[in-house]
Amino acid sequence: MTEKFEPVIIGFTCNWCSYRAADMAGTARMKYAPNIRLIRLMCSGRLDPTFVFKAFEGGADAVMISGCHPGDCHYVEQNYKALRRFHLMKRVLTQMGIEPGRLKLVWASAAEGAILTDTINKYVEEVRLLGPLNWPAKKIGTVSTPVMEVAA
Amino acid sequence: MSAKPKFAMYWAASCGGCEIAVLNIHEKILDVDANFDVVFWPVAMDAKYKDVEAMEDGSILLTLWNGGIRNDENEHIAHLLRKKSKILVAFGSCACEGCIPGLANFVPVKELVDTAFTTISTDNPQNLRPQTTYAMPEGEIHIPTLYPQLRTLDQVVDVDYYMPGCPPESHQIGAVIDLVVQVLQGKAQLPPKGAVIGAGNSTVCDECKRKRNVKTIKEFGRIQLTHADPELCLLEQGIPCNGVATRSGCNARCPTAGAQCIGCYGPAEGVIDYGARLISAFASVIDADKPEEIERILDGLVDPAGQFYRFNLAGSLLRAGKSAWKG
Repeated sequence: MTEKFEPVIIGFTCNWCSYRAADMAGTARMKYAPNIRLIRLMCSGRLDPTFVFKAFEGGADAVMISGCHPGDCHYVEQNYKALRRFHLMKRVLTQMGIEPGRLKLVWASAAEGAILTDTINKYVEEVRLLGPLNWPAKKIGTVSTPVMEVAA
Repeated sequence: MSAKPKFAMYWAASCGGCEIAVLNIHEKILDVDANFDVVFWPVAMDAKYKDVEAMEDGSILLTLWNGGIRNDENEHIAHLLRKKSKILVAFGSCACEGCIPGLANFVPVKELVDTAFTTISTDNPQNLRPQTTYAMPEGEIHIPTLYPQLRTLDQVVDVDYYMPGCPPESHQIGAVIDLVVQVLQGKAQLPPKGAVIGAGNSTVCDECKRKRNVKTIKEFGRIQLTHADPELCLLEQGIPCNGVATRSGCNARCPTAGAQCIGCYGPAEGVIDYGARLISAFASVIDADKPEEIERILDGLVDPAGQFYRFNLAGSLLRAGKSAWKG
């Protein structure tokens, strides 16, 4: 493989801190790798693990969850829920055959644009080393059987 | 033969419990006989695949299919019965979402066969393995080939209705038979295609009579090692009860009897990924904010993927361990 592998990372950001941090990075013209696609949620506590699994199922190589620092959540304590879900999700993903390094949790306040861009850039390189996830979305069944389409 | 509508029931990768559940409807089975001509039901009567092949397409009114698609025979018959049936029902958890046979998707087929043919409980001194073809003096014989992983019925053919449960509760089967009979008599209408029949629209918690307060979990415990309060919500007591994400329809049998819900009725209405919903629910009520403390509490969940996907692995979004699909 001569071509450089470009991972696709889905990043879930919260409206009050980490999305603002990304926004600030943009305003200040700080650059971060285009491999990450940010999705804004109102809060990291809104992150249903289904979103993460759906991202993997849909071909993402990694998922980054980000929210306000512990104690700073706009909704008081919902980022702690995100933290607990993150720990439990990691365990389940490992059992399902997805390396724990493909899920990352980052705290970033609205002032931390530089920290966020730095974290994203480092994470893209980490995932690049892990390689493509190659999730078997359309590869099950034997050679002789017709390839199955995944239900949406 | 009579002009009664035709009925078929088939089992693929399943345990046979669904068939017993059907017989468990007691005298209602006479309604089945009175209203249907049973043309194909390998457990109950002698019929050959070639008899089904000879039928006209769409000539069977109702086919209840239980079991997942584990091998090429299952798949062949799924396509055959789909072609011959007007209404194909994924009957029971295996057909709907993979169930216990689907847990084999955690491992490659080789490991599966090795476990079955070499572990300590097996007497196999010659270390034999099943061969899919074998040349006998009379000619070559075949047995079905295992697929790298088990699939649900709707991952293979078009399914009209889903009837969850491991097995479906007999009163629910009875209710569905009543409905079909009424439809035949023109007194009722069939639900829209793709509907879940013979089950509720809510969660097991909704039907559970246990008392509920605010849930905070300091420790997960296994039910066999704890003295659970018979009145109080099990999850509140740290026993991983899957009722929060599981479809209602069983009258909360297990929690009522003192055991945790293990999720055999599958995802509740609107739940896309059953395990993800449970992860969300369980993690939210853990009473800890420090990563180390969270990890310590999570250690109490011995097998999270098994806990969250016991019935749903084949039907889950992530579906299988990587190694499984590679065969």
